[in-house]
Amino acid sequence: MATDLSVDQRCGSKSCESSDELGHELDLNRRQFVQLLGAGLLITVSGGVGLAQRRSSSRGARTVAARVHIGEDGRITVMTGKVEEGQGARAQLTQAAAEELRVTADEVHLIMADTSLVPDDGITAGSRTTPSTVPAVRRGAAAARELLTRLAAEQWQLKTSALDVDDGTITHKATKRTMTYAQLAGKTDVAGAFEQSVPSDVTVTPVSEWEVLGSSVPRPNSRDIVTAEHRFPSDIRRPNMLYGKVLRPPSYGATLTSIDLSAAEAMKDVVVVREDQFVGCAAPTSFRATQALKAIAKTASWQTVSHPSSKEIFSHLKKNARTGGRSRPRTRGSVDKGFADASKVLSETYRVAYIQHTPMEPRAATAEWKDGKLTVWTGIDWPQRAQRDLARTFQIPAEQIRAIVPDMGSGFGGKHSGEAAEEAARLAKAAGRPVAVHWTRAEEFTWAYFRPAAVIECKGGLDANGSLTAWEFTNINAGGAAIDTPYNIPNTKILSASSDSPLRQGPYRCLAATANNFARESFMDELAAAAGTDPLAFRLAHLQNERIRTVLQTVAEHFDWAARRKKVTDEVGVGLACGTEKNSCVAACVEVAIDRKRGEIKVLEVCEAFECGPIQNPANLLSQVHGCIIMGLGGALREEMRFEDGKILNASFSGYLVPRFKDVPKIDVHLVNKTDIPSAGGGETPIIAIAPAIGNAVFAATGIRIRSMPMRGIPPRRV
Amino acid sequence: MDTAIKLIVNGKEETVVTDPARSLLDVLREDLGLTGAKYGCGEGLCGACTVLMDGKRVLSCATPVAKADKKEITTIEGLAAGDSLHPVQKAFLEEGAIQCGYCTPGMILSTVALLREKPHPTDEQIIEWMNGNICRCNGYPKIMNAIRRAAGSDRR
Ligand code: FES
Ligand code: FES
Repeated sequence: MATDLSVDQRCGSKSCESSDELGHELDLNRRQFVQLLGAGLLITVSGGVGLAQRRSSSRGARTVAARVHIGEDGRITVMTGKVEEGQGARAQLTQAAAEELRVTADEVHLIMADTSLVPDDGITAGSRTTPSTVPAVRRGAAAARELLTRLAAEQWQLKTSALDVDDGTITHKATKRTMTYAQLAGKTDVAGAFEQSVPSDVTVTPVSEWEVLGSSVPRPNSRDIVTAEHRFPSDIRRPNMLYGKVLRPPSYGATLTSIDLSAAEAMKDVVVVREDQFVGCAAPTSFRATQALKAIAKTASWQTVSHPSSKEIFSHLKKNARTGGRSRPRTRGSVDKGFADASKVLSETYRVAYIQHTPMEPRAATAEWKDGKLTVWTGIDWPQRAQRDLARTFQIPAEQIRAIVPDMGSGFGGKHSGEAAEEAARLAKAAGRPVAVHWTRAEEFTWAYFRPAAVIECKGGLDANGSLTAWEFTNINAGGAAIDTPYNIPNTKILSASSDSPLRQGPYRCLAATANNFARESFMDELAAAAGTDPLAFRLAHLQNERIRTVLQTVAEHFDWAARRKKVTDEVGVGLACGTEKNSCVAACVEVAIDRKRGEIKVLEVCEAFECGPIQNPANLLSQVHGCIIMGLGGALREEMRFEDGKILNASFSGYLVPRFKDVPKIDVHLVNKTDIPSAGGGETPIIAIAPAIGNAVFAATGIRIRSMPMRGIPPRRV
Repeated sequence: MDTAIKLIVNGKEETVVTDPARSLLDVLREDLGLTGAKYGCGEGLCGACTVLMDGKRVLSCATPVAKADKKEITTIEGLAAGDSLHPVQKAFLEEGAIQCGYCTPGMILSTVALLREKPHPTDEQIIEWMNGNICRCNGYPKIMNAIRRAAGSDRR
């Protein structure tokens, strides 16, 4: 039963899980909710219905009350369905609310990703928090401020226009009378007022007047991170809890035909579950659960299916490309005419391997059943999806399920699915005790999903003046993100074709934009070389988009492109690339060193300019750009899934090499603050310029064009 | 066969009766409720599970608990002195060297061990020492800054 809970505890501190009293009661009744948030607004919640279900419509906060709560003590609580996984949403959404409520960021307590408490703000993905959720929170908070101001005006029998709001206090300028939010929440019917829907015409603070947004507010629970007070999904412990392990097929597509469970059943304190293809063991320690599972795994018979290997993946994807039906090319002008007019036509194929997100924290969940109701703590990008999926699996109403996502150990688009939650819930149901399932690294490598591999075919035509006359671009399998060329070309034909992916594939930081931009920006470099033009000049000559021009020119200037390009040797090269996606723009210059004897590429320096509209949190944005640049190096140079016979061959950090300290080049980031457009997200697009810039630098030094990601190296020079 | 193993964890004596083949990481996380050391790979390749054993850094996932018998273990939970954070913890906060924060305990403890051995490390020495700690958020630049800052504050 909820008794003395403070909202702090909900914001990711350890008590998130440990306090029984925190009320993992599914149906917080009104009294409990008020206790949870501190007395204040009256929020009507009928018994038996989860708060969030009642308080939100299908998406977003319907009422002000669903977004903002103000306690009698003045404590401000804001609620969002977004998940924090290192991208900085917690700080940014806190700032958004604080800005509009006219308080400092540390006065706002943000509850995230708990289906019983928060509105459904959609999945945390696609850089949508900044353009969608930040505005939604700002509107909710601005509406709350306006309502509070109006209530104060009524109390004083004044017009709202005579009142100012600053630092959580409403002031009547003329008489210097003041009233705090806390006082208002104590004495007026704020409850009734906040039950209103957020007006569509509520105005938010213009960028020029931002005081909290635009500043480098640190992650609100960062102290809990350095002390480990914060409990990640894999850190959740419940009384009487068991640890679960799930039997995995020996290869993709294999089906279990028989298994003898008796060896595990004979083990003390071990619970064994088989439901059709699902087999799992739960035990007081994960070691014991693993032993039990190993004992029965030996007895399993499997029916396997054949599976293409990574060696033949590109021919497989090409052969199975679906280019009819819904995969229709987008065309402009006539490429046939464009190529006929060209004096030079180039045509090349690029390839991009499957890679994995390898979030630092693999999938994890703890599930607990009580009176037919289920609570799960898990690492997923969308708590409401976990809730819906579990409702379907267990055939119970969604309201009987509470899904909580404690701030989790990264994701990069790799945690859209809730396998661990389902596995934990199955085992917990059978065991009649809470069960935690923590995937191993090998499980995450094998049974999560991958960034799609791609075959990308490019064809370009140049006229005698070195201008592009035609452009044909087909991405097979990876998708259509950033597939359109930002360059001004009269005749284009662009196609995203699906194929038959032998691996389970899904989103990854910036989706296919990385693959498409790699092919496009590398191929642009090839065309520039064919035209005999400097790569920067060639791009600018075809580029009208002012935002891309700005980042390109910014980066070229800081990197000193013109001078450094002249200094290229056969061992040190420079390259550049740019691009746009998710309403943000990036350009990068890199310097690489090439060990010609070994054929090894080392990135020495990355200079990147990035623009995503008005910057909401500069320090966090810088972290995101750092992350994208270095993560981009991994996919550019080394990361690649190898597989054969339906098995991943390198499901370990020993065979799958992610960037480490030694791989970090000199990095120089320039954030362009463009204040006359809405803010866009910044955690993805900065990744897309890295790989092509590296490939272009290698070409500049060696004349060798690498048309695949990863770029493992170039042929060693024989002495 | 379960064995009694005595650990001195963050100054407190703990006896666990368990299979000696289990990893120190599992025992800390599952038996002692100390979840600060994280699982990242379970095979000594990522540093998320870093703790100090008799003052030296070890990868607790690759340390059978039997090896820790009668040893002093320091985990992230034991680093701060009451409310006052360890200088390395402070440095990570001050540099904002945290994205998701899952690698952070391991990064901090590795840094503590480094500064004990080399109070004034060069950048090369930092990089060499820290190369076993992966940050998948790739927040390495700010983590480097935090380590440099901690080294500086240790000097003062
Ligand atoms: S979990 Fe121990 S090194 Fe990765
Ligand atoms: S901060 Fe996320 S893994 Fe390092």
